Amino acid sequence: MIQRFANPNRFMRLSAAVVPWMAGATMILGAAGLYLGLFQAPADYQQGESVRIMYVHVPAAWMALFCYTSMAAASATALIWKHPLADLAARSTAPIGICFTFLALITGSLWGKPMWGTWWVWDARLTSVLVLFFLYLGYMALVNAFDDPARGAKAAAVLALVGFVNVPIIKFSVDWWNSLHQPASVLKLGGPSIHPSMLAPLLLMALAFTTYYFWVLLVRLRAEIISGKIRAIRLRQVHG
Amino acid sequence: MSRFLHIARRDVRLAFRQGIGGLMAVMFFVLAVVLFPFGVGPEVNMLARISAGVIWVAALLASMLSLEQLFQTDFEDGSLELLALTPMPLEVVVLAKVTAHWLTTGLPLIAAAPLLALLLHMNTDGFAVLIVALALGTLSLSLIGAVGAALILGSRRGGVLLSLLILPLYIPVLIFGVGAVDAALAGFTVRPQLLVLGAFFLAALPLCPWASAAALRQAME
Repeated sequence: MIQRFANPNRFMRLSAAVVPWMAGATMILGAAGLYLGLFQAPADYQQGESVRIMYVHVPAAWMALFCYTSMAAASATALIWKHPLADLAARSTAPIGICFTFLALITGSLWGKPMWGTWWVWDARLTSVLVLFFLYLGYMALVNAFDDPARGAKAAAVLALVGFVNVPIIKFSVDWWNSLHQPASVLKLGGPSIHPSMLAPLLLMALAFTTYYFWVLLVRLRAEIISGKIRAIRLRQVHG
Repeated sequence: MSRFLHIARRDVRLAFRQGIGGLMAVMFFVLAVVLFPFGVGPEVNMLARISAGVIWVAALLASMLSLEQLFQTDFEDGSLELLALTPMPLEVVVLAKVTAHWLTTGLPLIAAAPLLALLLHMNTDGFAVLIVALALGTLSLSLIGAVGAALILGSRRGGVLLSLLILPLYIPVLIFGVGAVDAALAGFTVRPQLLVLGAFFLAALPLCPWASAAALRQAME
Protein backbone atom coordinates (compact mmCIF):
# COMPACT_ATOMS: atom_id res chain seq x y z
CA MET A 1 0.00 0.00 0.00
CA ILE A 2 2.73 2.44 1.02
CA GLN A 3 4.95 1.37 -1.85
CA ARG A 4 2.14 1.95 -4.38
CA PHE A 5 2.52 5.70 -3.91
CA ALA A 6 6.31 5.63 -4.14
CA ASN A 7 5.99 6.02 -7.90
CA PRO A 8 6.14 9.78 -8.58
CA ASN A 9 4.20 9.51 -11.84
CA ARG A 10 1.30 7.75 -10.17
CA PHE A 11 1.43 10.29 -7.36
CA MET A 12 1.36 13.21 -9.82
CA ARG A 13 -1.70 11.75 -11.60
CA LEU A 14 -3.55 11.10 -8.33
CA SER A 15 -2.66 14.41 -6.69
CA ALA A 16 -3.72 16.37 -9.79
CA ALA A 17 -7.18 14.86 -9.36
CA VAL A 18 -7.33 15.43 -5.58
CA VAL A 19 -6.02 19.02 -5.38
CA PRO A 20 -9.16 20.78 -6.80
CA TRP A 21 -11.40 18.80 -4.43
CA MET A 22 -9.29 19.79 -1.44
CA ALA A 23 -9.30 23.43 -2.57
CA GLY A 24 -13.09 23.38 -3.00
CA ALA A 25 -13.65 21.67 0.36
CA THR A 26 -11.43 24.27 2.08
CA MET A 27 -13.38 27.16 0.53
CA ILE A 28 -16.82 25.76 1.36
CA LEU A 29 -15.99 24.50 4.88
CA GLY A 30 -14.04 27.66 5.68
CA ALA A 31 -16.81 29.95 4.48
CA ALA A 32 -19.46 28.00 6.38
CA GLY A 33 -17.32 27.86 9.52
CA LEU A 34 -16.53 31.59 9.41
CA TYR A 35 -20.18 32.52 8.77
CA LEU A 36 -21.43 30.37 11.66
CA GLY A 37 -18.57 31.43 13.92
CA LEU A 38 -18.65 35.18 13.25
CA PHE A 39 -22.38 35.80 12.72
CA GLN A 40 -24.50 32.90 14.00
CA ALA A 41 -22.75 31.65 17.14
CA PRO A 42 -23.71 33.49 20.35
CA ALA A 43 -21.24 35.78 22.09
CA ASP A 44 -19.92 34.39 25.36
CA TYR A 45 -21.55 35.70 28.54
CA GLN A 46 -18.14 36.42 30.06
CA GLN A 47 -15.81 36.95 27.12
CA GLY A 48 -18.22 38.83 24.85
CA GLU A 49 -17.39 39.02 21.17
CA SER A 50 -13.71 38.18 21.58
CA VAL A 51 -14.66 34.54 22.10
CA ARG A 52 -14.82 34.37 18.28
CA ILE A 53 -11.00 34.33 18.11
CA MET A 54 -11.38 30.76 19.36
CA TYR A 55 -12.72 29.65 15.96
CA VAL A 56 -9.30 30.39 14.45
CA HIS A 57 -7.10 29.85 17.50
CA VAL A 58 -8.21 26.36 18.51
CA PRO A 59 -8.10 24.79 15.01
CA ALA A 60 -4.69 26.43 14.41
CA ALA A 61 -3.35 24.95 17.64
CA TRP A 62 -4.74 21.52 16.75
CA MET A 63 -3.15 21.74 13.32
CA ALA A 64 0.19 22.77 14.83
CA LEU A 65 0.24 19.47 16.73
CA PHE A 66 -1.27 17.53 13.83
CA CYS A 67 1.39 18.81 11.42
CA TYR A 68 4.21 17.89 13.80
CA THR A 69 2.72 14.43 14.30
CA SER A 70 2.41 13.91 10.54
CA MET A 71 5.95 15.21 10.11
CA ALA A 72 7.24 12.70 12.67
CA ALA A 73 5.20 9.89 11.09
CA ALA A 74 6.49 10.78 7.61
CA SER A 75 10.05 10.94 8.98
CA ALA A 76 9.69 7.50 10.56
CA THR A 77 8.33 6.15 7.25
CA ALA A 78 11.26 7.70 5.40
CA LEU A 79 13.82 6.25 7.82
CA ILE A 80 12.30 2.77 8.04
CA TRP A 81 11.09 2.10 4.47
CA LYS A 82 13.27 4.67 2.68
CA HIS A 83 10.10 5.93 1.04
CA PRO A 84 11.05 8.74 -1.36
CA LEU A 85 7.80 10.69 -1.03
CA ALA A 86 7.79 10.49 2.79
CA ASP A 87 10.99 12.55 2.90
CA LEU A 88 9.41 15.20 0.71
CA ALA A 89 6.16 15.07 2.70
CA ALA A 90 7.98 15.66 6.00
CA ARG A 91 9.98 18.51 4.51
CA SER A 92 6.90 20.12 2.93
CA THR A 93 4.87 19.82 6.13
CA ALA A 94 7.32 21.84 8.26
CA PRO A 95 6.60 25.32 6.77
CA ILE A 96 2.84 24.71 6.96
CA GLY A 97 3.13 23.52 10.55
CA ILE A 98 5.21 26.50 11.63
CA CYS A 99 2.61 28.85 10.12
CA PHE A 100 -0.18 27.18 12.10
CA THR A 101 1.94 27.36 15.26
CA PHE A 102 2.61 31.04 14.66
CA LEU A 103 -1.08 31.66 14.01
CA ALA A 104 -2.00 29.90 17.25
CA LEU A 105 0.55 31.97 19.22
CA ILE A 106 -0.54 35.27 17.64
CA THR A 107 -4.30 34.71 18.00
CA GLY A 108 -3.78 33.47 21.54
CA SER A 109 -1.83 36.61 22.33
CA LEU A 110 -4.52 38.85 20.79
CA TRP A 111 -7.17 37.08 22.86
CA GLY A 112 -5.03 37.13 26.00
CA LYS A 113 -4.68 40.93 26.07
CA PRO A 114 -8.39 41.73 26.71
CA MET A 115 -9.10 38.51 28.66
CA TRP A 116 -6.06 37.94 30.87
CA GLY A 117 -4.82 41.52 30.64
CA THR A 118 -1.49 40.52 29.17
CA TRP A 119 -0.06 39.56 25.79
CA TRP A 120 1.93 36.67 27.15
CA VAL A 121 2.30 34.56 30.29
CA TRP A 122 5.06 32.04 30.96
CA ASP A 123 2.63 29.25 31.44
CA ALA A 124 3.03 25.53 30.69
CA ARG A 125 0.78 25.44 27.61
CA LEU A 126 2.08 28.66 26.07
CA THR A 127 5.71 27.83 26.73
CA SER A 128 5.46 24.34 25.28
CA VAL A 129 3.83 25.71 22.11
CA LEU A 130 6.68 28.22 21.86
CA VAL A 131 9.11 25.30 22.15
CA LEU A 132 7.18 23.59 19.34
CA PHE A 133 7.73 26.71 17.23
CA PHE A 134 11.50 26.49 17.84
CA LEU A 135 11.49 22.77 17.06
CA TYR A 136 9.93 23.54 13.67
CA LEU A 137 12.57 26.26 13.14
CA GLY A 138 15.40 23.87 14.02
CA TYR A 139 13.97 21.22 11.71
CA MET A 140 13.78 23.66 8.79
CA ALA A 141 17.30 24.97 9.47
CA LEU A 142 18.71 21.43 9.60
CA VAL A 143 17.01 20.33 6.36
CA ASN A 144 18.70 23.17 4.49
CA ALA A 145 22.08 23.03 6.24
CA PHE A 146 23.69 20.40 4.04
CA ASP A 147 25.01 20.55 0.49
CA ASP A 148 23.58 17.09 -0.08
CA PRO A 149 19.77 17.34 0.24
CA ALA A 150 19.43 13.61 1.01
CA ARG A 151 21.69 13.96 4.07
CA GLY A 152 19.71 16.97 5.29
CA ALA A 153 16.45 15.06 4.95
CA LYS A 154 17.77 12.11 6.97
CA ALA A 155 19.30 14.21 9.75
CA ALA A 156 16.10 16.24 10.00
CA ALA A 157 14.04 13.03 10.16
CA VAL A 158 15.96 11.94 13.27
CA LEU A 159 15.44 15.40 14.79
CA ALA A 160 11.69 15.29 14.06
CA LEU A 161 11.43 11.98 15.92
CA VAL A 162 13.49 13.27 18.88
CA GLY A 163 11.36 16.43 19.08
CA PHE A 164 8.16 14.40 19.05
CA VAL A 165 8.44 13.99 22.85
CA ASN A 166 7.15 17.57 23.09
CA VAL A 167 3.78 16.78 21.44
CA PRO A 168 2.21 14.78 24.32
CA ILE A 169 3.65 17.37 26.74
CA ILE A 170 1.74 20.14 24.93
CA LYS A 171 -1.45 18.10 24.65
CA PHE A 172 -1.59 17.27 28.35
CA SER A 173 0.16 20.32 29.80
CA VAL A 174 -3.14 21.89 30.85
CA ASP A 175 -4.12 18.72 32.71
CA TRP A 176 -0.75 18.11 34.36
CA TRP A 177 0.01 21.61 35.56
CA ASN A 178 -2.29 24.25 36.99
CA SER A 179 -2.33 26.43 33.94
CA LEU A 180 -3.91 29.78 33.16
CA HIS A 181 -4.93 28.29 29.83
CA GLN A 182 -8.36 26.61 29.97
CA PRO A 183 -8.40 22.78 29.98
CA ALA A 184 -9.50 20.75 26.96
CA SER A 185 -13.24 21.06 26.36
CA VAL A 186 -13.74 19.22 23.07
CA LEU A 187 -11.49 16.17 22.93
CA LYS A 188 -11.96 14.62 26.34
CA LEU A 189 -13.55 11.69 28.09
CA GLY A 190 -17.28 12.08 28.65
CA GLY A 191 -17.91 14.11 25.49
CA PRO A 192 -17.44 17.78 24.68
CA SER A 193 -18.52 20.34 27.28
CA ILE A 194 -19.28 23.04 24.78
CA HIS A 195 -22.67 24.08 23.40
CA PRO A 196 -23.54 22.72 19.90
CA SER A 197 -24.00 26.27 18.53
CA MET A 198 -20.31 26.92 19.27
CA LEU A 199 -19.10 23.38 18.59
CA ALA A 200 -20.44 23.33 15.00
CA PRO A 201 -18.41 26.30 13.68
CA LEU A 202 -15.36 25.10 15.63
CA LEU A 203 -15.46 21.66 14.03
CA LEU A 204 -16.18 23.16 10.59
CA MET A 205 -13.13 25.39 10.92
CA ALA A 206 -11.02 22.45 12.10
CA LEU A 207 -12.12 20.48 9.02
CA ALA A 208 -11.40 23.47 6.78
CA PHE A 209 -7.90 23.82 8.27
CA THR A 210 -7.28 20.09 7.75
CA THR A 211 -8.34 20.14 4.10
CA TYR A 212 -6.31 23.33 3.67
CA TYR A 213 -3.27 21.49 5.03
CA PHE A 214 -3.73 18.60 2.59
CA TRP A 215 -4.33 21.04 -0.26
CA VAL A 216 -1.15 23.03 0.39
CA LEU A 217 0.83 19.87 1.16
CA LEU A 218 -0.12 18.32 -2.18
CA VAL A 219 0.73 21.53 -4.05
CA ARG A 220 4.11 21.70 -2.30
CA LEU A 221 4.80 18.00 -2.95
CA ARG A 222 3.99 18.45 -6.64
CA ALA A 223 6.29 21.46 -6.79
CA GLU A 224 9.10 19.48 -5.09
CA ILE A 225 8.76 16.61 -7.55
CA ILE A 226 8.69 18.96 -10.55
CA SER A 227 11.72 20.91 -9.31
CA GLY A 228 13.52 17.57 -8.84
CA LYS A 229 12.77 16.73 -12.45
CA ILE A 230 14.00 20.15 -13.61
CA ARG A 231 17.21 19.67 -11.65
CA ALA A 232 17.74 16.27 -13.29
CA ILE A 233 17.16 17.76 -16.77
CA ARG A 234 19.58 20.64 -16.11
CA LEU A 235 22.26 18.23 -14.85
CA ARG A 236 21.84 16.12 -17.98
CA GLN A 237 22.22 19.22 -20.16
CA VAL A 238 25.37 20.27 -18.30
CA HIS A 239 26.96 16.83 -18.48
CA GLY A 240 25.80 16.33 -22.06
CA MET B 1 33.48 -2.69 29.09
CA SER B 2 37.24 -2.27 28.78
CA ARG B 3 36.74 -0.82 25.28
CA PHE B 4 34.17 1.59 26.70
CA LEU B 5 36.66 2.77 29.32
CA HIS B 6 39.37 2.96 26.69
CA ILE B 7 37.38 5.39 24.49
CA ALA B 8 36.29 7.46 27.47
CA ARG B 9 39.89 7.64 28.74
CA ARG B 10 41.13 8.63 25.28
CA ASP B 11 38.66 11.50 25.04
CA VAL B 12 39.42 12.77 28.52
CA ARG B 13 43.14 12.62 27.79
CA LEU B 14 42.64 14.50 24.51
CA ALA B 15 40.72 17.20 26.37
CA PHE B 16 43.47 17.57 28.97
CA ARG B 17 46.22 17.78 26.36
CA GLN B 18 44.53 20.86 24.91
CA GLY B 19 45.72 22.60 28.08
CA ILE B 20 43.74 25.72 28.82
CA GLY B 21 41.46 25.00 25.85
CA GLY B 22 40.00 22.05 27.73
CA LEU B 23 38.79 24.38 30.46
CA MET B 24 37.12 26.75 28.01
CA ALA B 25 33.62 25.67 29.03
CA VAL B 26 34.11 26.37 32.72
CA MET B 27 35.81 29.71 31.99
CA PHE B 28 32.85 30.69 29.82
CA PHE B 29 30.54 29.60 32.65
CA VAL B 30 32.30 31.82 35.20
CA LEU B 31 32.47 34.80 32.83
CA ALA B 32 28.83 34.54 31.80
CA VAL B 33 27.69 34.48 35.43
CA VAL B 34 30.01 37.34 36.39
CA LEU B 35 28.40 39.48 33.67
CA PHE B 36 25.05 39.45 35.46
CA PRO B 37 25.95 41.67 38.43
CA PHE B 38 27.09 44.26 35.87
CA GLY B 39 23.89 43.87 33.89
CA VAL B 40 21.26 43.86 36.63
CA GLY B 41 23.19 45.81 39.25
CA PRO B 42 24.96 44.64 42.43
CA GLU B 43 21.93 44.76 44.73
CA VAL B 44 22.17 41.74 47.06
CA ASN B 45 18.49 40.76 47.24
CA MET B 46 18.06 40.95 43.49
CA LEU B 47 21.15 38.81 42.83
CA ALA B 48 20.12 36.24 45.44
CA ARG B 49 16.68 35.92 43.88
CA ILE B 50 17.93 35.32 40.32
CA SER B 51 21.05 33.32 41.30
CA ALA B 52 19.61 29.84 40.64
CA GLY B 53 18.30 30.79 37.21
CA VAL B 54 21.48 32.60 36.19
CA ILE B 55 23.72 29.71 37.19
CA TRP B 56 21.52 27.19 35.39
CA VAL B 57 21.25 29.18 32.16
CA ALA B 58 25.01 29.79 32.11
CA ALA B 59 25.68 26.08 32.79
CA LEU B 60 23.34 25.19 29.92
CA LEU B 61 25.17 27.45 27.47
CA ALA B 62 28.61 26.38 28.70
CA SER B 63 27.81 22.71 28.31
CA MET B 64 26.56 23.42 24.78
CA LEU B 65 29.72 25.32 23.87
CA SER B 66 31.99 22.29 23.78
CA LEU B 67 29.43 19.97 22.18
CA GLU B 68 30.25 20.98 18.63
CA GLN B 69 33.63 19.25 18.99
CA LEU B 70 32.15 16.04 20.43
CA PHE B 71 32.19 14.14 17.14
CA GLN B 72 33.56 16.80 14.77
CA THR B 73 37.31 16.10 15.00
CA ASP B 74 36.82 12.33 14.95
CA PHE B 75 34.53 12.73 11.95
CA GLU B 76 37.03 14.86 10.06
CA ASP B 77 40.14 12.73 10.61
CA GLY B 78 38.27 9.48 9.96
CA SER B 79 38.67 7.90 13.40
CA LEU B 80 34.89 7.89 13.78
CA GLU B 81 34.66 5.37 10.94
CA LEU B 82 37.25 3.16 12.64
CA LEU B 83 35.29 3.38 15.88
CA ALA B 84 32.15 2.37 13.95
CA LEU B 85 33.98 -0.69 12.60
CA THR B 86 34.86 -2.04 16.04
CA PRO B 87 32.76 -5.01 17.21
CA MET B 88 31.14 -2.90 19.90
CA PRO B 89 27.83 -1.19 19.03
CA LEU B 90 28.03 2.44 17.94
CA GLU B 91 25.59 3.29 20.77
CA VAL B 92 28.24 2.26 23.31
CA VAL B 93 30.85 4.40 21.54
CA VAL B 94 28.46 7.36 21.83
CA LEU B 95 27.90 6.62 25.51
CA ALA B 96 31.65 6.52 26.12
CA LYS B 97 32.16 9.85 24.37
CA VAL B 98 29.25 11.38 26.30
CA THR B 99 30.81 10.15 29.55
CA ALA B 100 34.08 11.82 28.61
CA HIS B 101 32.24 15.02 27.69
CA TRP B 102 30.50 15.06 31.04
CA LEU B 103 33.75 14.40 32.92
CA THR B 104 35.52 17.26 31.13
CA THR B 105 32.60 19.74 31.01
CA GLY B 106 29.85 18.82 33.46
CA LEU B 107 32.09 18.01 36.41
CA PRO B 108 34.10 21.30 36.28
CA LEU B 109 30.81 23.19 36.02
CA ILE B 110 29.51 21.49 39.15
CA ALA B 111 32.77 22.27 40.94
CA ALA B 112 32.59 25.95 39.96
CA ALA B 113 28.89 26.37 40.77
CA PRO B 114 29.14 26.78 44.59
CA LEU B 115 31.75 29.52 44.16
CA LEU B 116 29.50 31.40 41.74
CA ALA B 117 26.50 30.85 44.01
CA LEU B 118 28.54 32.53 46.76
CA LEU B 119 29.34 35.46 44.48
CA LEU B 120 25.64 35.88 43.70
CA HIS B 121 24.76 35.84 47.43
CA MET B 122 22.69 32.67 47.20
CA ASN B 123 21.50 31.42 50.58
CA THR B 124 23.71 28.50 51.66
CA ASP B 125 20.57 26.32 52.12
CA GLY B 126 20.45 25.96 48.35
CA PHE B 127 24.06 24.84 47.78
CA ALA B 128 23.65 21.10 48.31
CA VAL B 129 20.53 20.97 46.15
CA LEU B 130 22.21 23.09 43.46
CA ILE B 131 25.05 20.57 43.25
CA VAL B 132 22.78 17.52 43.18
CA ALA B 133 20.45 19.11 40.62
CA LEU B 134 23.39 20.19 38.43
CA ALA B 135 24.88 16.68 38.65
CA LEU B 136 21.64 15.08 37.45
CA GLY B 137 20.92 17.85 34.95
CA THR B 138 24.31 18.11 33.25
CA LEU B 139 24.25 14.33 32.64
CA SER B 140 20.99 14.76 30.72
CA LEU B 141 22.38 17.84 28.95
CA SER B 142 25.42 15.91 27.70
CA LEU B 143 23.21 13.04 26.50
CA ILE B 144 20.71 15.29 24.70
CA GLY B 145 23.53 17.37 23.26
CA ALA B 146 25.16 14.29 21.73
CA VAL B 147 22.11 13.91 19.44
CA GLY B 148 22.51 17.47 18.20
CA ALA B 149 26.29 17.09 17.82
CA ALA B 150 25.78 13.98 15.68
CA LEU B 151 23.09 15.60 13.53
CA ILE B 152 25.16 18.63 12.50
CA LEU B 153 28.18 16.64 11.25
CA GLY B 154 29.10 17.89 7.78
CA SER B 155 26.65 20.80 7.81
CA ARG B 156 27.29 24.46 7.15
CA ARG B 157 27.38 26.81 10.19
CA GLY B 158 27.23 23.85 12.57
CA GLY B 159 27.66 25.81 15.80
CA VAL B 160 24.69 28.14 15.38
CA LEU B 161 22.60 25.27 14.07
CA LEU B 162 23.47 23.18 17.13
CA SER B 163 22.08 25.79 19.51
CA LEU B 164 18.85 26.01 17.51
CA LEU B 165 18.48 22.23 17.59
CA ILE B 166 19.16 21.42 21.22
CA LEU B 167 18.26 24.50 23.27
CA PRO B 168 14.50 23.79 22.90
CA LEU B 169 15.17 20.26 24.12
CA TYR B 170 17.16 21.62 27.10
CA ILE B 171 14.23 23.67 28.42
CA PRO B 172 12.59 20.90 30.55
CA VAL B 173 15.90 20.23 32.34
CA LEU B 174 16.29 23.96 32.97
CA ILE B 175 12.76 24.31 34.38
CA PHE B 176 13.10 21.49 36.88
CA GLY B 177 16.74 22.29 37.71
CA VAL B 178 15.89 25.86 38.68
CA GLY B 179 12.68 24.64 40.33
CA ALA B 180 14.64 22.33 42.65
CA VAL B 181 17.01 25.07 43.80
CA ASP B 182 14.21 27.62 44.25
CA ALA B 183 12.20 25.10 46.27
CA ALA B 184 15.18 24.49 48.55
CA LEU B 185 15.70 28.25 49.01
CA ALA B 186 12.02 28.72 49.86
CA GLY B 187 12.15 25.84 52.35
CA PHE B 188 9.93 23.43 50.41
CA THR B 189 10.65 19.78 49.68
CA VAL B 190 12.92 19.27 46.67
CA ARG B 191 12.14 15.58 46.18
CA PRO B 192 9.66 15.94 43.26
CA GLN B 193 11.95 18.16 41.16
CA LEU B 194 14.97 15.94 41.77
CA LEU B 195 12.92 12.85 40.90
CA VAL B 196 11.83 14.46 37.62
CA LEU B 197 15.45 15.37 36.81
CA GLY B 198 16.43 11.76 37.56
CA ALA B 199 13.61 10.57 35.30
CA PHE B 200 14.87 12.79 32.47
CA PHE B 201 18.32 11.27 32.89
CA LEU B 202 17.02 7.70 32.95
CA ALA B 203 14.89 8.32 29.84
CA ALA B 204 17.75 10.02 27.99
CA LEU B 205 20.25 7.27 28.92
CA PRO B 206 18.94 4.67 26.43
CA LEU B 207 17.17 6.97 23.92
CA CYS B 208 19.84 9.60 23.21
CA PRO B 209 22.75 7.23 22.39
CA TRP B 210 20.35 5.36 20.13
CA ALA B 211 19.30 8.50 18.25
CA SER B 212 22.86 9.86 18.00
CA ALA B 213 24.16 6.52 16.74
CA ALA B 214 21.47 6.61 14.03
CA ALA B 215 22.54 10.14 13.10
CA LEU B 216 26.23 9.15 13.07
CA ARG B 217 25.53 6.23 10.72
CA GLN B 218 23.83 8.62 8.31
CA ALA B 219 26.71 11.08 8.53
CA MET B 220 29.20 8.35 7.58
CA GLU B 221 27.16 6.95 4.67
